[in-house]
Amino acid sequence: MAVMQGKELRIVGFLCNWCSYGGADTAGVGRFAQPTDLRIVRVPCSGRINPLFILKALTSGADGVLVSGCHPRDCHYAEGNYYARRRLEVMRGLLPVLGIDPGRFEYTWVSASEGQRWQHVVEEFTKQIHALGPIGRFPDAPELASLGLGAG
Amino acid sequence: MRIGVFICHCGSNIAGTVDCAGVAAQAARFPDVAYSTDIMYACAEPGQDAIIEAIREHGLTGVVVASCTPRMHEPTFRRAVERAGLNRYMFEMANIREHVSWIGKDMDANTNKAAELVRMAVAKLRLNRELTPKSFPVTKRVLVIGGGVAGIQAALDAADAGLEVVLVEKEPSIGGKMAKLDKTFPTVDCSSCILGPRMVDVAQHPKITLYAAAEVESVSGYVGNFSVRIRKKATCVDWDKCTGCGLCTEKCPSRKSYDRFNEGVGPTTAIIIPFPQAIPKKASIEREFCRQFTRGKCGVCAKVCPTGAIDYDMQDSFVEVEVGGIVAATGYDLMDWTVYEEYGGGRYPDVITSLQYERLLSASGPTGGHVRRPSDGAEPRDVVFIQCVGSRDPSVGRPYCSGFCCMYTAKQAILTKDHIPDSQSYVFYMDIRSPGKGYDEFTRRVQEEYQAQYIRGRVSRIYPSRGKLVVCGADTLMGTQVEVAADLVVLAVGGEAAHGAPQLAEKLRISYDQYGFFMEGHPKLKPVETNTAGVFLAGSCQGLKDIPSSVAQGSAAAAKVIGLLSRDMLESDPQIAQVTVSRCIGCGKCIEVCPFKAIQEIDLRGQPRAEVIETVCQGCGVCNATCPQGAIQLSHFTDNQILAEVEALCRF
Repeated sequence: MAVMQGKELRIVGFLCNWCSYGGADTAGVGRFAQPTDLRIVRVPCSGRINPLFILKALTSGADGVLVSGCHPRDCHYAEGNYYARRRLEVMRGLLPVLGIDPGRFEYTWVSASEGQRWQHVVEEFTKQIHALGPIGRFPDAPELASLGLGAG
Repeated sequence: MRIGVFICHCGSNIAGTVDCAGVAAQAARFPDVAYSTDIMYACAEPGQDAIIEAIREHGLTGVVVASCTPRMHEPTFRRAVERAGLNRYMFEMANIREHVSWIGKDMDANTNKAAELVRMAVAKLRLNRELTPKSFPVTKRVLVIGGGVAGIQAALDAADAGLEVVLVEKEPSIGGKMAKLDKTFPTVDCSSCILGPRMVDVAQHPKITLYAAAEVESVSGYVGNFSVRIRKKATCVDWDKCTGCGLCTEKCPSRKSYDRFNEGVGPTTAIIIPFPQAIPKKASIEREFCRQFTRGKCGVCAKVCPTGAIDYDMQDSFVEVEVGGIVAATGYDLMDWTVYEEYGGGRYPDVITSLQYERLLSASGPTGGHVRRPSDGAEPRDVVFIQCVGSRDPSVGRPYCSGFCCMYTAKQAILTKDHIPDSQSYVFYMDIRSPGKGYDEFTRRVQEEYQAQYIRGRVSRIYPSRGKLVVCGADTLMGTQVEVAADLVVLAVGGEAAHGAPQLAEKLRISYDQYGFFMEGHPKLKPVETNTAGVFLAGSCQGLKDIPSSVAQGSAAAAKVIGLLSRDMLESDPQIAQVTVSRCIGCGKCIEVCPFKAIQEIDLRGQPRAEVIETVCQGCGVCNATCPQGAIQLSHFTDNQILAEVEALCRF
């Protein structure tokens, strides 16, 4: 069950339950066709996302990571997405330090009603990751990753 | 752990583009999976029975169902595994319908993706722990925001069921848009005659507390126990003393104030009682027009008031109420039609909105029910109605159909003929949308019995010429251009979410769409619920609707609140944060970031530690991502569980 060689790249999505996961559902209900690379991890709120999750994914072999939450001011938990925005901005700045192209990471806001917007986001991000190609891997990358980033 | 995996075909919804048996076969090899199968409809009774049977037969301790979105059927399957004796949180879903089969047609890629999503679900389930909800008491009082017909209905129904109701209305009187209407379709019944008694019922109901000229300032708390702060706007009239005699409005010298209730058709006074049937029938001062405020001296109303109710120094005041449930019924406003330059952009006084026309038709309106056009007060003979102004028009950002305009335009054409027998109505329309009981018959009647001329086409331009307004448009059925010299033009202006709706949604922590309408929990199955427990929707705030639908939704929202508050105790969601005291260093960061003040500092042998207040925690997990020690973990979404999903995905 490896990545489908030559067809797909490994893209991990962290989506908040209330807005973006719902938006991805709305896209599905509306049959808005999307590339098949993305795998979605459902979290209650974008504020739940520890930036280390994203680094963990990128250092474990993910070619791209997409985070999506509620639009600012429309967070189900009032302010979780503001925390997310700050954390993710800081983290993005650190990616080059780790030798990771910042283009491999993106965050966006999609509401539960914006199925079409979700389709667009997935299409664009998948295109962006395919343009960057597979992420470079150390032969022993999993071991390296397990050294420092096992948060929690 | 013994995990059972069930791959749902959902008829052909999933099986059409995913090899379900293949996914089940792959899943059988995942760690801890003891049983794996595919199933035709997992959610149907035979499907649920099969899951229960498999749990018992194979001694399963956890279940993964790969089917539709967990937002749809997670509660269904949780109940099923609970019936089989498992804890309901020993269950995970993989969304292989909305996120796989419905968005791609490549069978190989879909099957691979589905299997990976199942692998992630299995990896997470292996770290799930049994969780048990706690109970907490509820406040048996409901807040209804908005006193239009939907809010009135919700308030009355809830109050009749024995609940205490607090009704908040931002205008000085309840009644909403319906109170402005002269007649209603399709019966041409008198609007205020059917609404008026309901408004009186609200005022007299012992269970209802009405705050008019008030707005919701802030909302805190959670389902069953909300704390609401209400701002009572300074009306400069002490309503405990005001008897509604109206003497002040007769004597007020500031006679050029904007009349909000009458949509600006004719001026009014600065101290007003909005309309004769107003509830509460109390006067209030509009400060921007009052001479006491604009010029610093006048005081006429204070002199004439027989009860001494006028208080120019009045300030906004606040009341705090505790409620268990909230119904939002904030209705709609008209969109700003002056963006349409082709209709004059607001420059021609005789181009008016249908709501303004409604006030001209109303016997309680500024013209006493005699239709007189604004420019010269003449009675119009040729009246042109233009539909879909700000509806079904993506060019002004309003692609949706407002739904009620076709019907009220037909009604207004009938009323025009009733008021002015020798008049002629012309209706420019795109399509006639009249799906409703007796609606289509009504739109036929206006054409056949009342000889209104219906012209299918859009209007390109309106210009004034010799005291008339020339309306130029297309007749797309005839394939010709038409010009009508009109005395009055009535625009069927589409609705939009009430001004301030997004700000209220933010206070209530409910979602709204790009037009400001509040989002329902599910478009089909949860039309009056929101995704925030304890907050319900009624009327046009959820999407534009006519009076019968608004009333129905008001009753529906009341039924939901009554159901919620019929219980003495509610169960709290156990997916909340928990502190491992031995890892906590008492830094207090979690306390700072918690949006709900759900974490408090406790003293443990002289050391500060964090503690979660279980019934207050809403389970967002912001604290979890903040804690430098990993000491506070969100149950069911712990760091290890999320990382297990990432790992399951990236390791292969």
